[in-house]
Amino acid sequence: MLDAHDALDPKLAHEVAAWKHERPLIACRFDPPGRYVFVSAEDNRIQRFALADGAKTSLTAHESWVNAFAFSRDGQWTISGGCDGRLIWWETAAEQPTPVRTLDAHAGWIRALAVNSDGTLLASAGNDNLVKLWNVLDGTHVRDLAGHARHVYSLCFHPTQPNVLLSGDLAGVLKQWDVSAGTETRVFDAKALTSYNAGQGVDFGGVRALAVSPDGKYLAAGGLHNASNPLGAVHDPLSLLFEWEPQTLVKSLGTGDFKGSLWRQLFLSPTLLMAVSGGSGGGILSFWTPDNDKEFHRHSLPNIARDMDLHADGLRVCTTHFDGQVRLTRLAAKREG
Amino acid sequence: MKLNYNCGTREHLLARRSFLGGMAAGAVVGGLGLFSSPLAAAELAKQQKRVVVFNMHGGLSQLESWDPKPGTDTGGPTRAIATSVPGIHVAELLPHTARQMHHLCLVRGVNTNEGDHGKGIYMMLTGRKQTPAASFPEIGAVMAKALTPADASLPGHVRITPGGSGGRGNDSAYLGPKYASIALGNGNPPENTNRPEKLSETADKQRNDFRRFADTSFLERRRTAMTDAFTYSYEQAEQLMRQRDIFDVSKEPESEQQRYGTHDLGRHCLLARRLLESGITFVQVSHSNYDTHNENFNFHLEQMQEFDYAFATFVSDLADRGMLDSTLIVVLSEFGRTPRINHYYGRDHWGNAWSVALGGCGVQRGAAFGQTNANGTKVDDGEVNHAMLFHTYLSAVGLNSSHNFDIGGREIPMADPAFGPIKEVLA
Repeated sequence: MLDAHDALDPKLAHEVAAWKHERPLIACRFDPPGRYVFVSAEDNRIQRFALADGAKTSLTAHESWVNAFAFSRDGQWTISGGCDGRLIWWETAAEQPTPVRTLDAHAGWIRALAVNSDGTLLASAGNDNLVKLWNVLDGTHVRDLAGHARHVYSLCFHPTQPNVLLSGDLAGVLKQWDVSAGTETRVFDAKALTSYNAGQGVDFGGVRALAVSPDGKYLAAGGLHNASNPLGAVHDPLSLLFEWEPQTLVKSLGTGDFKGSLWRQLFLSPTLLMAVSGGSGGGILSFWTPDNDKEFHRHSLPNIARDMDLHADGLRVCTTHFDGQVRLTRLAAKREG
Repeated sequence: MKLNYNCGTREHLLARRSFLGGMAAGAVVGGLGLFSSPLAAAELAKQQKRVVVFNMHGGLSQLESWDPKPGTDTGGPTRAIATSVPGIHVAELLPHTARQMHHLCLVRGVNTNEGDHGKGIYMMLTGRKQTPAASFPEIGAVMAKALTPADASLPGHVRITPGGSGGRGNDSAYLGPKYASIALGNGNPPENTNRPEKLSETADKQRNDFRRFADTSFLERRRTAMTDAFTYSYEQAEQLMRQRDIFDVSKEPESEQQRYGTHDLGRHCLLARRLLESGITFVQVSHSNYDTHNENFNFHLEQMQEFDYAFATFVSDLADRGMLDSTLIVVLSEFGRTPRINHYYGRDHWGNAWSVALGGCGVQRGAAFGQTNANGTKVDDGEVNHAMLFHTYLSAVGLNSSHNFDIGGREIPMADPAFGPIKEVLA
């Protein structure tokens, strides 16, 4: 039964759990029913932590780092994508999950995964500049979406339109696709998230995080800007907030004096965007509303952060950190005891 | 500065051609026996040795290139791939280079114990530690002096830089400005080598004829090192202007330019091939930037993708043209990068256990010498340093690296006399 302690309030954010792995962590996701948090680490392994008691189970199969997770809608299947270019299906709640299906999916790293709103399609994207579509349940290849000229960094399906997919790349090109037709329908200009540093000879940034508001009104594209020294990690997080239909840039959401990169963002409500950033300033959760380009609240995390996810309860947030900890933060009042 | 240069000093007497002739005839020539044997000198006279250095500016990660450690706490996401040489694996970021491994020799036990950019590159290019007491010439100046024929019409020491406008380098130390590099900023021909439009070809010829006439009269009575340097500068400038097209990579067929890649490094590698084919002794190509304290893996993906294809094409072309037997290839940095991955997914400076790649002239091919431990944190076997590598470069092109330069009567070792070449690496 809900009470005042279950009311979402980012200003009351507080840590409720932290579990340690021996190596720095990379990505994290809750399974849809909210029983587990899956994290990947710099040892090629996946760790599954049970939220009930913190019990840890190792999943070993990838030959490189795992960048992304996705799930079947019912949570029965966990799908991981790694720098080995492989997609691996696991039974989420098995006592000791082992690979159920392994696909050599991409030439090069897989950087992002997403499942559409009706739970039928899995999208994967990576360093072969391709977006690929798969049947979530049996792993059948559906089609490729070609058109990006650089590594594809991020993916996001529309929350209510299962045929609408967004993908963003290193060059700041953000494409909207009709996945049923396999066609590109629109391009958003997110080039503010990328830059070329002539002195260092590098392209840097890219669309690293995508989110569409639950009502479909806003699209947020996140990453970094002000990259005065890309090789030295001098840059600022940034989220570009677009109005969906007219493709108008509404706000450029920044983090003030915090230096780093925005790694992931999610809408907590139609008008409340949350993002995780990590950098020289450590780790933060930022909260914005569409009417203000400054954070209305920032929650500092104890260590540099690398990824984030929101629990099915809408209140608990998991974050992965360089110090090997996965931390659970609750965006509501503390419960006594 | 007035030098006693015209009165029988070795510097003056040992014009390249007469020196080679003397060595080939077995004559003792002033003690400056740069070549390891008369046979080598004779061979050199037949086929000029050349050197190309790829400077991976900022510090290439050995773990993302020549010495991957997949599946370890330091390996990062980078996997290893097989090469054309059974048993030798390199990072998956080098798929094209892997197919040329039979032309290359990896030196995997480099320990320079230096993590400063400036000091590190000084050590790697001069073979010495930097001290306030002395300045040493870079490898390009040394090779230019030792290998460039005296009557060469082109400079012996050329650097292709990622940017900048060009000009002369300050990298020849006591060898003098004649051997200082000419920089080709962003691969463009040397600065100021176009005859001004207002100056007709006839007028230009008349100017030069008059200069030579005046020089001849003057030098009959007052020849010095300085007057020679002035004369040389004018003559070289004139030669450069006449042969400007050699430095213009756009003169290469379009198909060749496409084959190397249209990015800067592709153009620069093709230009390096063009210069070496034209007889230039030493070419240095810099690729920037590998100083990846932040997002090491993303940036190495980006940089190595450029390097891999262009470099592999370059190596393959030299092999196809029969130039590998006369051209030494060196891929170096100021240092490697830390096995430890930092909190920005970066790697920091690391001079204690890293790699250099060699190829071509005078070195073992399809080989790997030296070994780091399982996670690359220290050298386990075959440890070498910058000085030993420098000796090895000289030895590989047939020079005796234990010999001295005679600079105004003062003998200066070509390479650090406390060390010698890596014999296991030499063919």
